[in-house]
Amino acid sequence: MALLAHLARELHISELFMSGATHQIACHECDLIHNIPVMPARAAACCVRCGSVLLQTKVNSIDRTLAWTIAGLVLYAVAVSFPFLAMKNGPIGNETGLLSGIQQLTNQGIIPLAVLVLLTCLLIPLIQMLSLLYIFIPMKLNIRVKFAIPVFRLFKHVKPWSMMEIYMLGILVSIVKLGEMATIVPGLAVIAFSLLIFVLNFALSSVDTHMVWERLERKS
Amino acid sequence: MNATHVSARQLGLVSCHACHLLSRMPKTSAHEVAHCSRCGEELHQRKPNSLTRTWALVIAAIIFYIPANYLPMTITSTLGTVSADTIMSGVIYFVHNGSWGIALVVFVASVLVPILKFSILIYLLLSIQFKSIWRPKERTRLYRFTEAVGRWSMLDIYVVTILVALVKLGVLGSIEAGPAAIYFAAVVVITMIAAAGFDPRLIWDVVEEQNE
Repeated sequence: MALLAHLARELHISELFMSGATHQIACHECDLIHNIPVMPARAAACCVRCGSVLLQTKVNSIDRTLAWTIAGLVLYAVAVSFPFLAMKNGPIGNETGLLSGIQQLTNQGIIPLAVLVLLTCLLIPLIQMLSLLYIFIPMKLNIRVKFAIPVFRLFKHVKPWSMMEIYMLGILVSIVKLGEMATIVPGLAVIAFSLLIFVLNFALSSVDTHMVWERLERKS
Repeated sequence: MNATHVSARQLGLVSCHACHLLSRMPKTSAHEVAHCSRCGEELHQRKPNSLTRTWALVIAAIIFYIPANYLPMTITSTLGTVSADTIMSGVIYFVHNGSWGIALVVFVASVLVPILKFSILIYLLLSIQFKSIWRPKERTRLYRFTEAVGRWSMLDIYVVTILVALVKLGVLGSIEAGPAAIYFAAVVVITMIAAAGFDPRLIWDVVEEQNE
């Protein structure tokens, strides 16, 4: 073991990495160093010590990500502009959009909450999709753009804060809760929103992170 | 794949948090921060002040969790009667209603998940501080679980948002967000930041030190 450690130090890990012969990765969760050979497409490498995923390769990452992201943006536009849920009780009705809950919270003076919902359900998913376009369109066209690296870093940082699927579950709970008071009619936007959850997830899972970093590095 | 069974720390290397590039840990003075040569992210061998920061945030979250449960989440007024619902009374309402599935979902997201998160994080913190070498793989898995599951607590916040939008002032009555909503949102956000600031590699550092 000590010999191997010594060898790794002799070979200058960063140079090895650059040459592409094999590359080394430290596990993100336990810091163990692994030599990663050239991986086949659609494969995952897991840490031998703690089992966490070290890296995953994807098929047609650029095309797939772009396709899903564009589809996602169309659905997003529908989800924000059409009526979301309508509540009907005889002649009385109340139609709401995705934004009206946020608006209502602002009216009640609970601004931090309004901001939190706005961020997690609307802005962050939008940021995710736009940053994917910003990174993958130039990659597809083989051109160089400014700020691609900070944009991709932002994309990675906001990921845990995108919570549309939880909002969808919230809709379900609300429908049951109000079921006795009135009838809830789901609008076109709900359908678009629920499709968007899947489409955005497909887009995110087509991103080959390692490939993106390598290409961004080569360009800069 | 072949593993050399040494960690990056033992080789004096540092792995970038954002892009995973391995680089040599640069020698910097106390106030200087090194940056990743590929993506420009700050380089740290371990997440800075991981234990202290996670402790502080977990304690803050537990404090906020008390008013979040005690105060009303929603205030409903229908035809002159006003009723306030806390998180638990919302769950009980669903049980009385016969919607067992929904009751379970809300209970898991709003009660079970936060409590599990507090307990797991405190356990992990203590296990590192007492230099435990017991089942590091399972503890890492426990951490992964905590990180993945925490966001689902936002459920109740969204339910409040949707209810508030649907039932505006009208003949049917109105629903307003109660003071607990903001405390509960704080609990969810703070525990998510706490979990993100915890460094699972510290679990393995202890194991490595014992082996050396």
